[in-house]
Amino acid sequence: MVTEIVRRENSYRQAFLELQERREGESVAWLERLRAGAMERFEESGFPSVKDEEWKYTNVAAIAALDFQPASLQTSAEGEVDLQGLALFRHLETAKSQLVFFNGKLRKELSALTAIPEGVVALDLSAAIADERYREIIWKHLAQQADYVVNGFTALNTALISHGAFVYIPKDAIVSVPLNLLFISDGAHVASFPRVLVVAEDNSSATLIESYASTKDSKYFTNAVVEIVLKDGASLEHYKLQRESTEAFHIATTAADLGRNSRYDATTITFGAQLSRHDLHVTMDHEGAECWVDGLYLVTGSQHTDTHSVIDHRKPHCTSHQLYKGILDGKSRAVFNGKVFVRHDAQKTDAMQTNKNLLLSNEARVDTKPQLEILADDVKCAHGAAVGQIEEDELFYLETRGIHPDLARNLLTYGFAEEVIGKIKIDSIRQQLDEAVLNRLNARLEA
Amino acid sequence: MLEIKNLYAGIDGNEILKGINLTVKKGEIHAIMGPNGSGKSTLAKVLAGHPAYQVTKGEVLYEGKNLLEMPPDERAREGIFMAFQYPIEVPGVSNAQFLRLAYNEKRKHLGEEELDPLEFKDLLKERAKVVEMDASFMTRSVNEGFSGGEKKRNEILQMAVLQPKLAVLDETDSGLDIDALRIVAGGVNQLHNPENAVILVTHYQRLLDYIVPQFVHVLANGRIAKEGGKELALELEQKGYDWLKATTPETSGAGAQAK
Repeated sequence: MVTEIVRRENSYRQAFLELQERREGESVAWLERLRAGAMERFEESGFPSVKDEEWKYTNVAAIAALDFQPASLQTSAEGEVDLQGLALFRHLETAKSQLVFFNGKLRKELSALTAIPEGVVALDLSAAIADERYREIIWKHLAQQADYVVNGFTALNTALISHGAFVYIPKDAIVSVPLNLLFISDGAHVASFPRVLVVAEDNSSATLIESYASTKDSKYFTNAVVEIVLKDGASLEHYKLQRESTEAFHIATTAADLGRNSRYDATTITFGAQLSRHDLHVTMDHEGAECWVDGLYLVTGSQHTDTHSVIDHRKPHCTSHQLYKGILDGKSRAVFNGKVFVRHDAQKTDAMQTNKNLLLSNEARVDTKPQLEILADDVKCAHGAAVGQIEEDELFYLETRGIHPDLARNLLTYGFAEEVIGKIKIDSIRQQLDEAVLNRLNARLEA
Repeated sequence: MLEIKNLYAGIDGNEILKGINLTVKKGEIHAIMGPNGSGKSTLAKVLAGHPAYQVTKGEVLYEGKNLLEMPPDERAREGIFMAFQYPIEVPGVSNAQFLRLAYNEKRKHLGEEELDPLEFKDLLKERAKVVEMDASFMTRSVNEGFSGGEKKRNEILQMAVLQPKLAVLDETDSGLDIDALRIVAGGVNQLHNPENAVILVTHYQRLLDYIVPQFVHVLANGRIAKEGGKELALELEQKGYDWLKATTPETSGAGAQAK
């Protein structure tokens, strides 16, 4: 078993070397060093094991054991795209402001950026690196937020950095049209390593959709890392929509660094993947920063989803509000581990964290662990977690209004999800998610 | 319309109702009064079909059918409505969505065509006048963040939309200030007509100043201890429920008798 896994890790080294060879002549020295360092780190640490406290409930042996081919080496990325399938994940609001990636590679003919205002940059990461104008800013911020030393997956992603997106919002720019980064996968045994860097300059404002979906029920592996830098007074609304194939593996890290008086609004939706893990790390190292992080996971069958979040209050007068809700059916399993750190200097912190779970089946299971670590003394902090089923009194109330118990259950479940979905400001996302929730519930009704 | 015959019911093995007899006809308003723990609310919940309560003896006929065999949702579609003492909050579901669903479920049951959101909006606007509720309540989640008075008004709004044949109002006056009480009572009076009936469950006489019953039944220890017209309520108001216990010593033995 051990030798088997080592062999797989070797196949990632081969991919690393092959990519390096292909870049011959156009390589960027600092980036080559970064990649090499990360590869070395990955080879040392390998994939995390359940012995690691942070991975206690999520066993990734299945990922380590499978022979995935990095998408950047594959021809599948050039293959035909199921446009009808793709249409389900598009957004009306981003018809002219989207980058579409297929099996890990940007597909220009499916992308459009005409609605993006001048000065705003949205480019394939490799193209941005090749562009003198952006090289310095990328050098300054890439791999600064997402720590590849502690996380083997981040190390692997960093070692294989090539495709993904570079998004730059200039100072004072107010971008009203949302930008959609849509990562579509359909190849069997393809591994893709999307890397996204978002830099929002002072007092800018923008909306980003980061969407993962599949047009087939294939088994593939997505290992994504998204780094976000918000400068002073910048604000970003960020939607992460994970609707991968239910056979797929999805491992993602989001790391955001919040400038003074900046605001980060994140909503993370998790519907897909056989196994998914999201590490969310928000660093508030400047006064007056604010973040609102919501999440909804809706899983069924044998799906497994794990959220590990760290909200790090390092300076005074920062606010964080976190609401994560989960709906579990079948034999699915969810893990929520939310750490909120309030450092010694972070006086007047306002931090709230809630994780609520609704179990629709007796076989579903949740492990939730909200953690609050406070070192400052003048703060307002609260956290809580709940795991429960639909309450009899709620059900009875609806029944006394003539609503059949099955329908009443669905309505209550829908309402539970709505607390997160209803806050989404982009109509087409809300509609797609509402529909997905109702579809899931109907499927349950018929089953 | 409703015939309750020798009804015994309880919760978790504790017998609370010990032989209730009550007949309600179309067009009537009945008040069920009594001290705390007398079984008033239990009676309301049993009529609505609350699953936690078990009927151990007796029968309830509604329009000649065995009510106790019907699940709660069917009772509702057949025209029974209960206004809750503590209305439940349903986060994430708007009042309008909820009311339309309930309304259409009933229409379907009656073989009538369902209303689409726009048609329903007009109907809702009309019915909302009964309890003086404005449009902003319709887009808010059911009862979420509503004040006590707003929740009670929302119950009567549901009644106005569903137009029940038999409405059971469980302590609808509790926690209401005088203005809210006037609105709620006014709503019930507007909805009452010769074709339907209302059962008011209340601790205090106050509500009966606004909604005047023809019949007052006083519950004590799970049985009807005294019956009369609206003047009985006034008598209770003056003398309190202790007077009742003193004048009806036989009720204290009822529990033992039942066993």
